[in-house]
This record gives sequence, C-alpha cells and structure tokens, in this order.
Amino acid sequence: MATTAAAPPYVATREASNTGLWSWITTVDHKRIGALYLVTALIFFLIGGIEAEIIRLQLMQPNGTVVSAYTYNELFTMHGTTMIFLAVMPLSAAFFNFLVPLQIGARDVAFPRLNAFSYWVFLFGGLFINASWLLHAAPDGGWFGYAPLTTMQFNPGLNIDFWVLGIQILGVSSLAAAFNFITTIINMRAPGMQLMRMPMFTWMAFIVQFLLILAFPVITIALVFLQFDRFFGTQFYELAAGADPLLWQHLFWIFGHPEVYILILPAFGLVSEVLPTFSGKPLFGYPVMVYSGMLIAFLGFGVWAHHMFAVGMGPIADSVFGVTTLLIGIPTGVKIFNWIFTMWGGNVRFTVAAKFAIALIALFTIGGISGVMHASPPADLQQTDSYFVVAHFHYVLFGGSMMGIFAGIYYYYPKITGRLMSEKLGNWHFWLTFIGMNLTFFPMHFSGLAGMPRRIYRYDAGQGFTTYNEISSWGAYILAVATLFFVWNFVRSRKRGAVAGHNPWNAPSLEWSIPSPPPDYNYAVIPTVSSRYPLWDHKGAVVEFHEGEPIKTARELGIPMPFPTIKPLFTALFMTLMFTGLLFIHKNNWPMAYTFMFGGAAGMVASLYSWLLSPLE
Amino acid sequence: MAHDSAADHVTHSDHVAMGEVKEHPTWSTYWKVAVILTLITACEVWIYYIPSFVAGHLFVPTLLILSAAKFAIVVMFYMHLRYDHKLFRALFTGPLIIAMVTIVALLFLFGHLAIHAT
Amino acid sequence: MANPAAAIEHHGHTPTTTGLDHRKVAIWAFIGSECMLFASLISTYLIYKGRSVTGPFPHEVCSPPVCDHVMKPILNIPVTSVSTFVLLMSSLAMVLALAAVENADKPKHSLSEKILGSSKLWLFMTALLGTTFLGFQAFEFTSFVHEGLTIRTNLFGSSFFTLTGFHGAHVTAGVLWLVTLLAIDIRRGLKPKDAVIVDIAALYWHFVDVVWIAIFTLVYLIH
Repeated sequence: MATTAAAPPYVATREASNTGLWSWITTVDHKRIGALYLVTALIFFLIGGIEAEIIRLQLMQPNGTVVSAYTYNELFTMHGTTMIFLAVMPLSAAFFNFLVPLQIGARDVAFPRLNAFSYWVFLFGGLFINASWLLHAAPDGGWFGYAPLTTMQFNPGLNIDFWVLGIQILGVSSLAAAFNFITTIINMRAPGMQLMRMPMFTWMAFIVQFLLILAFPVITIALVFLQFDRFFGTQFYELAAGADPLLWQHLFWIFGHPEVYILILPAFGLVSEVLPTFSGKPLFGYPVMVYSGMLIAFLGFGVWAHHMFAVGMGPIADSVFGVTTLLIGIPTGVKIFNWIFTMWGGNVRFTVAAKFAIALIALFTIGGISGVMHASPPADLQQTDSYFVVAHFHYVLFGGSMMGIFAGIYYYYPKITGRLMSEKLGNWHFWLTFIGMNLTFFPMHFSGLAGMPRRIYRYDAGQGFTTYNEISSWGAYILAVATLFFVWNFVRSRKRGAVAGHNPWNAPSLEWSIPSPPPDYNYAVIPTVSSRYPLWDHKGAVVEFHEGEPIKTARELGIPMPFPTIKPLFTALFMTLMFTGLLFIHKNNWPMAYTFMFGGAAGMVASLYSWLLSPLE
Repeated sequence: MAHDSAADHVTHSDHVAMGEVKEHPTWSTYWKVAVILTLITACEVWIYYIPSFVAGHLFVPTLLILSAAKFAIVVMFYMHLRYDHKLFRALFTGPLIIAMVTIVALLFLFGHLAIHAT
Repeated sequence: MANPAAAIEHHGHTPTTTGLDHRKVAIWAFIGSECMLFASLISTYLIYKGRSVTGPFPHEVCSPPVCDHVMKPILNIPVTSVSTFVLLMSSLAMVLALAAVENADKPKHSLSEKILGSSKLWLFMTALLGTTFLGFQAFEFTSFVHEGLTIRTNLFGSSFFTLTGFHGAHVTAGVLWLVTLLAIDIRRGLKPKDAVIVDIAALYWHFVDVVWIAIFTLVYLIH
C-alpha cells in the first residue's frame, strides 16, 4: 500500500486546526488515531458485554426463556466476534498507535495516512457487522464459523454473509496497520534505540505485527472460499462434491491460534511496562522476555490442530500438536516468572494499574494451566466443546488480555489526556472486576467437567448445572457493575481528573519525558538513547520536559507536519460499500449489487489514487 | 546488529561503504539470468513429454527442484535479495519458510504425504 | 527535514534507522504476507487434487459413468508454457526498467545504450507482456468453460479457478501499477531519485512471477 508516485517537493509548513469533528475525521496523528481506536473499541467492548449479560441472563435458570435459540446463537456468535475483532484487537491497536512511535522516539508512524485508513476500515467493518442486528440477521455460526455449517445449504440467511464480509473488511484494517507498524519499528527508531533497547511493549507489538501479516492471509483465503461457495456456487465446502469438512477447520485454526497470541502478547507488553515502573526495578530478564515472545509467536504457527483433537487426526498428528502445545507453555511460564522476579525485592506501589497487572499474572496462569491440560489429546476429548474450555479461554482473554489492557489504560490515561484516572473509582473497578470475573468463570470449570456443552441455549433442572450457572450469572452482573465504575471513571477523569504532569509514575521510558498530552510532533528534539531505561539512568541525550515550560507549536519549531486528509476515510468507506454490494446478491437484487460493488470499487480506486498522488505534508 | 548503532543512523552512505548494500547487477547479468530461466522452463516442459521419465520416481522431485531453482534465481537476481540489505532477506525467507512448512504439514494432515510404517 | 516519516516520502535518502526506504521495508513485509496467502490457495488446490467426483480432470481422461461423455484432460500445457515464458520475460523487462530509472542520469551514446536506458520502453514492455499473460489466461478460462469446466463444476474447477484467478487478479493490479508509473514517466520523466517507486512495483511484479513459477509446476506439470 505504499505510495506509488513521487510527491511534489516539500511545500510549506501548515498547521492543522486541532479541534472539532472535522479535525478528528481528517486526522493523521498517531496519538489521535490511537484515541479513536481506544474509544471506539471500548464502545464495542460494552456492546459485547451487553451480549454476554443477556447470555448469562438466559442461562441463569434451567430452561431459560429470555431469548430464543436463534437469538442465542446470534448472541454468542456476536459476543465472541465483537470481543475478539472489535474490542481486544483494536484496544491493542489503540496502544500500538499511541505508544509505539512515542516509545521509539519517533514523530509519527511510517505511513500516517495508511494509519488513518486502518482505523476507518476498522470502524466501518465494526458498524457493518453490527448492522446485521437491525435486520435481526446477526451472524449465528459461532466466531469460528465452521463450514460446512456456514454454507448456504445449512445457513441460507444473511447472517453468515454479514460475518464473512465483516471479518474480511476487518482483516484489511489489521493487515494495513501491521505493515505500517513493522516499517515504523524497523525504520523509525531514534538514534541509539537499538532493538534490544526497545521497551517491552514495542517488542511485543513488533512480534504481534508479524503474527498478523502471516495469520490473516490464511483466514482471508478460508473466507474467500466460503464467500465464493455462498455467492458464486463453488464447492470448497460442498461435501457431496468430495470436499473435506476439515479444510475450513484447518485453515481457520492456522489463523485462529496465532490470533490467540495476537490477543495476548500486547497485554503482556503492557504489563511489562507497568510492573517495572511500580516495582521501581528494571524488568527481570529483558532478553529472555524478548526471546520468549518470539518463541511463543513462532511456535504459535505449529499448534493449530490442538483445536481439532476431537476430529480424529490419528496418533501422529495428535502427538505432534500435543507436544508443540506443551512446548509453548515453557516460554509463557518464563514470562510469568520474570514478572514475579521483577516485583521481587522491589518497592511495589499498589496502584490500580499495578493491581490489574498483578491480576493478569495470577489469572492468566490459571488459564494457562487449563490450557496445558487441553494439550493432552485424551484429556482434551473430555473437555472439548464443554464449559471447561469456555472457562479456560475467558481466564486467558479476560483474566489475561483485558486485565493487561485495563492496566495499560490506567497507566497511560495520564499520558493520553494529561489527567489521572481516579484511584478510588479504579479500586472499585478493580476489585469488582476481580471478584466478578472469578465468580463468573471459575464455576464454568466445574459445569464443563460435569458435562455442560458450549453454545446451548437451555439446560434441564436435573442435569446438575443449575448452581454453577447461577453463580456464573451473579458474577457476570458484578462485572457489569464494575464496568460502570470504569466507564464513569474514564469519562469523568477526562475533565476532572487530577493534572498528571509529564511523568506521574516516575516511569523510565521515553514517552514519559515529553508533556502529557504530548504535542502533535511528540519530540521537539529527537532523543538519543543509550540505555533501556533512559529516564532512570539519566544517560544519553534525552531532555526531560519541565512542568510549566511553554510548549511550542510545530510551526515555531519548524517541524513539518503531515496534512490532515479525508481521503483515507473515503477509501475505507468505498471499500466497505463495495463489500456491502455482495449482500444484495442473496436478495437477488442485482441492480443494487452491481451499483454498490462497481460504484464502491470505482470510488475506492479513485480516492486511493487521489490519496497516493497528493503530498503528505 | 551493526546497522542499529547510533553512528549508522547519521548517514545513509555509511551503509553502502560498509558493503551491506551492494550495487545492483548490470544489464548483461539480467539477460544471462533470463536465458537461464528460459532454459530451465524449456527443460521442465521437455521432461513433461517423456513418458518413461514421467512414470519414474524422479519426475516429481526433478520438477520441484527445477522450479525451486527458478524461484531462487528470480528472487536473488531480479528481486536483488542477493545484493540488498539482509533485513529484506529476513522479511522474505521467514514467512516463506512458515508458508512452506504449513503447506507440507497440511498435505500430511490430509493424507497426501502419508508416513508409511512398512 | 526533521520529520523522518514525512521526509521519506520526498527524498529517498533522509536517514531512517536502517538507512532503508520505508516503502521498501513495507513492500517486503507485504510480500511475506502474500506468501501465506498463496500458500493457503496452493495447499487447498493440492489437498483437493484427485478428489473431484466428476470431470473434467486436469491430467486424466474422464469417462462414463463418472462423466456423461469422455472428457479429455483439460490442462493445455503448450499454451501455458508459452504464457509462463511471457511472464518470465516480463520480469526481465521489469528489471531493465528499474535499471533504466536508476541510470537515467548517465549519458547514453550508442543506440543500444539508448534502448536499454529507456525506462518508458521497458515499463511499457512489462505492462504489455503482463497484459499478454492475462490474455492467455482469458483464453484458457474461456476454453475451459467451453469444454465444460466452470468454477462450479467440481472441486478441481473451484480450486483451480480460484487459485489462478487470484494470481490473475494480482497480475491485473500489477499492470495497473505499471501503467501508472508509465504515465508518471511520460509526464515528468522518472529520475534516479524515483528509483524506489519503481523498485517496489518491481518487487511486487517479480513476486507475482515467482508465484506463477510455483503454480506452473504444482498445478500444470506435476501429475
């Protein structure tokens, strides 16, 4: 997606007005795009949370009557899809956007407009997939969309069309962002910022981008097959034509397992920033943390079939995938111990951010241990498709990813907004989340082992699941209350939080040397780095900002800033419209289908050319 | 990682001086490569039409080796990986290896490359 | 020029950490990603090879009762060999175009130097050869349809048309890219400082070529 045409020579230093709606929809500033990602993803997180609450309401009593089976299928599918693709991934992307350029001492990402494009594609993709609710045709095939169950024969409605196209759109966003961040991290580090001096979050972000560029093409192709089967009558998943029912599963999990690490590694990175700061000690075993991250990512491509032990792949495949899965436990365990050793002997300050980070260590470990249990094919045969698995992945995704992301939000909120979040409300949020999360998901281990299958909308009173489900539902309601505390804290601190100053936590990395919130150009002078913890070691040419110092504008400093532009938004919009056209095929409305597809494609190409042929700054 | 040091950051020309980025080859090299590629392609098509060779055990391995050779030649000479920065080599070969291992693993899993115990 | 991100889009030589152009790093990452895209397509083709329950088949004769009537093997090796050669030669034209842009400033005396040094000629040749390849593909697809193989006929048809169709779509995008570069070259002339924008197009083009090298062997020749 690189520029294909040389831009005309540098014209003039122009400053963007930085308030108002127009400034937000035309922004190419990585910090603002990060903020957009953060707020949008949090809204999707709330939507996914409401879906979860309805699920828990339905399951609270035997033979629940809150929703129908059809709606229930929509709810659990959209809960999973929303939380994975519209909440956790973009929340991580919010931090990639906001933090990576700051942490490596850069003024922006390598391709600022491509960055804006990624955000808009994400937003439109999220709206597209959720628009299905308006037609009461939300995706209902599970977040994994197993074909042939999702082919026309078994699922003729628009539900799966929305899902297939929505995931396809969101994939474009993730891929575009990944190429951008790979280039940024390789090429835009400040002088002296060697790879092994990069903050751990940037390292984990770097690794995740490679997972993204290698995993997403595979799901893209699996979805293309499904799309072609549904829209054009190909036979990829047509069993009568000799197709293999495992093709989708293999392709999906070749993507799906690296996706798990795409979801967790950014949270690991955030925790690796939070814990050293609040322990007042450097991260224990920095190089090992880097290498274990790489090893997790690399092994992550060789374990996919452990999601498929139940299909009967034979002893050789089962053994190989079982062993590689067990191996992945080693680098993950290394990380757990390194965080503990980071705190060991430190002067730990138990702020809300630190509490969330410590909670990640504990809760992720529980999820990790049940994960190792699944690595053994015989054990997995008992657990697969039961609530035990639901307990497992909520411990790693809620107990892991979300706890890490909450830690990151509390830790970086002052850098993003200039104000601290309330510790008091934060403590309410933390403890209610911690209690609610364990109440919700711990009993699922037992209901699962007692035989309760996933994705059922009802169970009978005599099956022995009632008590566990009741506890789980009460836990979920506590989580809802906890989230209200968070939302209130997030909103009110924006205007009423205590003024933070540039380094409220006495943190060591570069982003804390500049004002909060940072000026649009980030660094008035690009720092020269000579250690991993520049603000603690006081080495290198890192000038720390002094409170009260006037903050100069980019124009005063003569720093050329990229022009704001609406073109990436249009490109994203037309692309989404192009995909929307396919929906009309199933309504046999060909004029509309052609109008949207060709109109969208033409609009996309036109705005892309206009974007690439106009100067950046 | 020499290219990461602060000194290298200052000037681009240092890299060239250090020999990390060699000059791209000349026209004559490109023509020679084209001739070799054509010959290999001709060879591939030729053996396709030898029934006795097609029936033998060497047919598939030979074709795979020939196309791998063509692949490597294009990547090394036309895509300049032989001459360019080693970073590009890493960005390409890493994913390529994962992609090839994935193909082979899938063929095993679907029984096209069965391991025969006997 | 203090902002490296911005600066690089104007001058290829503003310092970056590695001294490399952003766009070149990004295109290599993109090519790495494309490896997985085509790996998925190729694996599917190979997995489904020989599993179609009805003809036509790529290399085997299909006779009743599997097919209604006797169907010949469908792949046309002579024609595809020629189109493969055409695509290989387009790669040669592409490197010559890049070399011409890199050496645009050097004086050219003899006629052969002038021909070899004409970026317009070689960009045009690359696009033309790419279009020729697409023409061969269009001919192949239509003749398959006449012989009774469509994307809906059997697993072979679905996986074959999707795999080669994806490759064809990549060639089409490449041709549009090359035509855009040619238009820029005609309008203002590409100079050595513009080499990187030709270079990234060239890398993409060669990658599409090497994918075809793999497809030609795995789909057309091996049976």
